Amino acid sequence: MSVPLHFEHVGKRFGETIVLSDVHFSTEPGELVVLVGPSGCGKSTLMRLVAGLETLSEGTIRAGDRVLDHVPPQDRDVGMVFQSYALYPHITVRDNLAFPLFVKKVAPDVTAKEVQRVAEMLSLVPLLDRLPKQLSGGQRQRVAIGRCLVRKPDIYCFDEPLSNLDAALRSQIRVELKALQRELGKTTIYVTHDQVEAMTMADRIVVLHKGVVQQVGPPEELYLRPNNRFVARFIGTPAMNLIAGTIDANRFIGGSIGAAVAAPREGKVLLGVRPEHVLVRAAGRFEGTVRGIEPVGEAGYLHLAVDGLEVDTSAAGTSSEPTKKGLLCASVPGRDAFAHREGDVVRFDLAEDRLVLFDPDGGERLG
Amino acid sequence: MKKRVVVYVVVHAILLFASAVVLYPVLWVVRLAVSPSGRLTEAGALPIPREVSLESFESFVFAEDFYGRPIFFIQLGNSLLVSGAATIVGLIFALSAAYGFSRFAFPLKNVGMRTMLVSQMFPAVVTAVPLLFLLDVLGLFGTTAGLVLIYATTSVPFSIWMLKGYFDVIPRDLDESARLDGASSWIIFTRILLPLVRPGIGLTALFSFMSAYNEFIMASVFLDDVTRYTLPVTLQQSVGGFDPSWGLFAAGSLLLSLPVVAVFFFVQRQMVEGMTAGAVKG
Repeated sequence: MSVPLHFEHVGKRFGETIVLSDVHFSTEPGELVVLVGPSGCGKSTLMRLVAGLETLSEGTIRAGDRVLDHVPPQDRDVGMVFQSYALYPHITVRDNLAFPLFVKKVAPDVTAKEVQRVAEMLSLVPLLDRLPKQLSGGQRQRVAIGRCLVRKPDIYCFDEPLSNLDAALRSQIRVELKALQRELGKTTIYVTHDQVEAMTMADRIVVLHKGVVQQVGPPEELYLRPNNRFVARFIGTPAMNLIAGTIDANRFIGGSIGAAVAAPREGKVLLGVRPEHVLVRAAGRFEGTVRGIEPVGEAGYLHLAVDGLEVDTSAAGTSSEPTKKGLLCASVPGRDAFAHREGDVVRFDLAEDRLVLFDPDGGERLG
Repeated sequence: MKKRVVVYVVVHAILLFASAVVLYPVLWVVRLAVSPSGRLTEAGALPIPREVSLESFESFVFAEDFYGRPIFFIQLGNSLLVSGAATIVGLIFALSAAYGFSRFAFPLKNVGMRTMLVSQMFPAVVTAVPLLFLLDVLGLFGTTAGLVLIYATTSVPFSIWMLKGYFDVIPRDLDESARLDGASSWIIFTRILLPLVRPGIGLTALFSFMSAYNEFIMASVFLDDVTRYTLPVTLQQSVGGFDPSWGLFAAGSLLLSLPVVAVFFFVQRQMVEGMTAGAVKG
């Protein structure tokens, strides 16, 4: 049976340091929720609170109707896959998989059967008699997941499970993990600092920054309608362009750029526009000079200097790939990117139905 | 090229000299042990014997007491028994304490660790009188068990420090993972951590075995029966009288060091095994 998780005003302090404050959201049963944020945002701590490896300072965590706050880790029915995999290096894969059942004093024949079942499920059968050091990174990871599966927990926790794998393997295991999660249908908390991983895996994403939840929602919502400047910059690669300007009679003006927007107020704002919503075309109304080109294969990014344009980069410190200072990032098809040269003058439009406005001081979304 | 040769020669000259400084006294002991008379008065600067004879070894090994008992073998047995037992008893306490100090948070933890360090700073003689009193009260004075108790307790603080270091480097993830699986502290200790600190156990065992095996002061204070003596006591007595028998002393010293060398080789293999056993991640 799958249970939902409820976080109710959860707070965690280590001495004077506040790691999490007022975390409040719920998951659906069987949902894969990704906790994402830069290093030190409290995402791992939140997961450890679920597992019972840390104690709450404030609030309550419930699994369905069950309050978990004072339940010891082993009685929570929470399985966790550690970033380091935490395989016991001195015993074989078989014994690693059997360990949770050994601890529970399950009969040896039942244990053997269960280990076999999980090993078959994860294609670990030929590896059962090896030691962890004789396995590749990906295989170790499967063993760690297998050890978790053997216990049949109600809730799964994954702490950056892909961070020790190389890029090719990572995308493969990402798909496998998601398929496995669907098959199990158990509520899963997945921690990562990689927003691409978050976008591809999550049913819903929780963005954390400095211990505070910034936004909870499905990937699409976070991408298209970020709650604030931080989410706008953190989700998406390259990050969203934030253009400083003013609103006057439902029209945004920033440097040489103007766009019709449905604005709830007048005055100074930041206009958020994704690189793919900067439409580079010959008939475009605006003009920019190419200052940088990043062809990445199927797409490419042009970094444009636009007359009088102030592109805000103040919240970019935490993003993996900040917009080049003062330059507007535009996404173009890959072969077009190869055709451009630095110094070229290009024309572009903004996709006006895709624009988002933010308060330049507080950073929250307007409207 | 030329510079490299010079460096090579200089470095090796220094190393050879250092080796000579270290080996010289040992060679002297060997020389004394194999000299027929075993007298210091015949000494020259070079530790090369004029004649070789195993007389001293023979008289040390086959020495008998007034009742014709093979005193060397009895005392060797005592030494091995006392050191072995002290090592095992000390390790049992040190392992569980080191696990506690490494893995649990409790009041005065750091004070405890430091206090143990301080206790190591006093010379052994200082504690001789209170220990004598204690052993007397316990009825263990002059017994092998008493000596085992003393050696075990004196080795515990150092062993805890050493073993704690080995426990500290084992990732906490392993404990936490096991705890989530429902393992008790005892299971985590015995099934997960102990096998992983094996190299540390080997090294600590070697140290506490050696210090007990070589210990002289306590043994000479607490033992009064020749058949309970450990070898260092006998060794000292062979040069203690009016007619110091240096040949006997030298032969005895070499024999005394053999078991330690043997233990070292055994433990060394374990240590290397431990080092190559592979990291937890990687």
